[in-house]
Amino acid sequence: MTSSALLPVAALMTSLMASVIIFALPEKNYRLRTLINLAAAILKLTLVVVMVWGVMQGREYEAAFTMVPGVEFVLRADALAMLFAGLSALLWLLTTIYAVGYLENSPNRSRFFGFFSLCVASTMGIALAGNLFTFFLFYEMLTLSTYPLVVHRGTPKALRAGRTYIIYTLTGGAVLLLAIAWLHGLVGDLRFQEGGHFADLAPSLEGPVTMIFVLLITGLGVKAALVPLHGWLPQAMVAPAPVSALLHAVAVVKAGAFGIIRVVFELYGLEATSDLGLLMGLAAVAAFTIIYGSTRALFQVDLKRRLAFSTISQVSYIVLGLCLFGPVGAAGGLVHLVHQGIMKITLFFCAGNYAETLGVHCIDELDGAGKRMPATSMAFTLGAFGMIGAPPLAGFITKWTMGTGALAVGMDWVVAVLVASSLLNAAYFLPILHRLWFAPQSRPWPEERRWGRLETSSWLFWPPMVTVVLTVLFGVFAALPFSPLSWVELIVLREVAL
Amino acid sequence: MTLWLMAGLLFTPLAWAVLTLLMDFRKGRVVTWLGMLVQLLVSLGLWAVVAGDGGFHYALGGWQAPLGIELRVDGLAVTFVLLTALVAAACGWHASIYLDPAKSWHRYFWPLYWFLWAGLNAVWLGGDLFNLYVGLELISLSAVGLVALGGQAAALRAAIRYLLAALLGSLAYLLGVALIYGQSGSLSLAGIARLTEQSGGDPGLAFALMLMMFGLALKTALFPLHRWLPPAHGIAKSPVSALLSALVVKASFYIAARLWLELGDELGSYALAQGMGLLGGTAVIWGSWRAFLQPKLKQVVAYSSVAQIGYLFLLFPLTWGASEAVSMQAQQGITLQVISHALAKAAMFLAAGNLIMSVGSNRVEALAGVSRFLPFSLFSFGLAGVSLMGLPPSGGFAAKWLLLQASLGSGQWWWLVVLLLGGLLSAGYVFRIYRASFVEDSDIDHFYHPPRSLEVIPMILALLSLGLGLAAESVLSIMALPFEEGGGV
Repeated sequence: MTSSALLPVAALMTSLMASVIIFALPEKNYRLRTLINLAAAILKLTLVVVMVWGVMQGREYEAAFTMVPGVEFVLRADALAMLFAGLSALLWLLTTIYAVGYLENSPNRSRFFGFFSLCVASTMGIALAGNLFTFFLFYEMLTLSTYPLVVHRGTPKALRAGRTYIIYTLTGGAVLLLAIAWLHGLVGDLRFQEGGHFADLAPSLEGPVTMIFVLLITGLGVKAALVPLHGWLPQAMVAPAPVSALLHAVAVVKAGAFGIIRVVFELYGLEATSDLGLLMGLAAVAAFTIIYGSTRALFQVDLKRRLAFSTISQVSYIVLGLCLFGPVGAAGGLVHLVHQGIMKITLFFCAGNYAETLGVHCIDELDGAGKRMPATSMAFTLGAFGMIGAPPLAGFITKWTMGTGALAVGMDWVVAVLVASSLLNAAYFLPILHRLWFAPQSRPWPEERRWGRLETSSWLFWPPMVTVVLTVLFGVFAALPFSPLSWVELIVLREVAL
Repeated sequence: MTLWLMAGLLFTPLAWAVLTLLMDFRKGRVVTWLGMLVQLLVSLGLWAVVAGDGGFHYALGGWQAPLGIELRVDGLAVTFVLLTALVAAACGWHASIYLDPAKSWHRYFWPLYWFLWAGLNAVWLGGDLFNLYVGLELISLSAVGLVALGGQAAALRAAIRYLLAALLGSLAYLLGVALIYGQSGSLSLAGIARLTEQSGGDPGLAFALMLMMFGLALKTALFPLHRWLPPAHGIAKSPVSALLSALVVKASFYIAARLWLELGDELGSYALAQGMGLLGGTAVIWGSWRAFLQPKLKQVVAYSSVAQIGYLFLLFPLTWGASEAVSMQAQQGITLQVISHALAKAAMFLAAGNLIMSVGSNRVEALAGVSRFLPFSLFSFGLAGVSLMGLPPSGGFAAKWLLLQASLGSGQWWWLVVLLLGGLLSAGYVFRIYRASFVEDSDIDHFYHPPRSLEVIPMILALLSLGLGLAAESVLSIMALPFEEGGGV
């Protein structure tokens, strides 16, 4: 195996091996487990950075073999793959650090971290998958490895959420499998390629290919939480905070969104999708999801549930961006894959910190938390402003790019959606910020713990600090090379040759 | 060389059987360990020979059928001989630790086990209808004996029921064989196939084929003839259940498939093919649903076998009148399904046995807390479950993929419903077990922890079943080894 094939395989195997070793370790072997976790996360981040550098230089990394007769297993690092792989490698490291602190002294940690690593291995596989078949393989692996994380606490509520989760995702998976098998029967094994495959499609295939597109998006839309397939996401909130953070920022919802990106850009091709009249339908679903998610978020009193509905809304920005039929809009959608990830993970880390340090779960218990935990609250505030789209934060870059993209192609109504959504975002985030900073503490904290010097355990303290700094940097330095925006522009130049 | 291999595959298991019959449990165990090693080596030897020189027809001792024993050694037979060696050795090894030597009747496990192995090899390699019958009877009788080994009244009842079903099945099959012999004067499968090709379909022969199919379907527990299976597989000792579900039911299906592929084009009909497929599809849905409702762990696994067997019968509609390519996809898919189900179900029964031993109850709810204190056995069970659900990268997934392609390729889209719905329903009963095991109701580990050697065997089988999908191409290449036609009178 040449070194170019070795790198993507190694990136995948790092977390897979970490998972196997962690399962084999005894429960009480706390130090070794943490060491392996962190070592694997750092190693993987290094591998991804090397690949990003290589892809920038125009190098190809690919490993492939025939799995089932007629179908190949392909791992390939291209520019789009690196966008998602980079995000997941970086956030895995931070979430691992966070989870070590969060789960201190709780039972079943060996199981938790084993499946946690498996979950990240799946995400890596999804990023690197070179064809739809390989993508599906890891997509289902992700479903299976997240189930034990969702039901981790073993309470009736968690088990119920797990059941809902599994019914939604497995049914979605079955629909996706049907679509993939059908497509394979029609046109054979297609690798993802820049510009897609269906630019000049035979007229006789148009009908089936349109049907397949609808099935593909339905299958992927379950994980991407497109309305009305979003029902599992708010329920899955019972999972421990690091799991929610991972689920919302990189793993599950992003896997769905990333799959939609691959299908639209690299399987069908933007032009073909548009010619088949499919982009407008998708845009409408995405726009509706954006407004619906934000509206529902307004009425949630549980902090994590409010964030969950916010995710439903925000992930659809990515999908809406794709539908803007132009390089600028596409860039806006793609870059939100990263921006939403770091902003949302910041918010979830902070929500977890409030829960762990003060025992606060509901929004009306947050009064005065800004005084008790200023750094965490600062991070939360910046994350929230980012979500609203205040300049110069990362979220602003997304909305600005998408807005200009929409105007460039004459889809003015999208701007209206963006504005409405921003207003709704403000409406459900600003009251929280008001409580944090301006309302006096009205009652004792439900369950306070102290860790000495810092406002919370240092394992819990630093990860949100890092992500919030990134939120600012990605916004302020969006124009510099290697920022998410410039990377995305590189991708879009290759994808959309308009 | 070939003579030695054939003797090694067919007659040495009989020798081990007789030898262990004369010994107590512990001595029989030592002999069996030795025997398993020998059988594994002989099976690998067969593979090496066929991979080198191609498959062949072989008349044992130079006698041709109907008097002698005619063998057909092709890639498919080699695949099944290897599978049997692997799964039977794993179950035998597990049984040698699992069974209690103090119970006097356990010593009969070894002779029955070896008779079973001999019968299985005879079926995989058999080339003429009568000797296939002999192999089938040997399998059925030893399997019934193994079920009765449990010793309780319920086990005896299940065994008697199994015996009656098996005898009825054999009778129907034998009647079919007699009719065919009367009309064609040949017992060799290859000979009859040549004959029907020349003379075309014949209603008498077609009726004989129907009779044989009925008998074999009864022995394979195809819906609605499946009622004997869950009690027998559920009550037997775990290694026995594993052997029965993994290998025994596959033997009668293997004969049905061979008959169909050789004679189906001339003697079968669209209606027969679709009818078999429909029963298979119903078995998938009904078996999964029943599995979901069972309160006892091993009954869940047993009903899951009823469902998984259903998939196999999709072979009939998907190969009837289909193009070469589609038919090949269907055959590959079914072969993978047989292999992956054999590995996964053996793993699942062995793991279920360990879990029941640990929690001291055979009920599903008793599994609360298992995920925390007995993760290893649960993990084996879970990985096997992934293959049963047909999720990637398991062998079950690769099988399902090929069957999906074959259904689409032959335009029989209605089987898609069975394949996709079946996967979801099996997820229903597998996740029911996971869910029960994740319940946290106690902080104390009050479970019995089985020895590690018992836990490792199901894990190995489950991992093989899970990884099968990744290696599907190479496993299927054994089946496609070249075969020299001709021979058989």
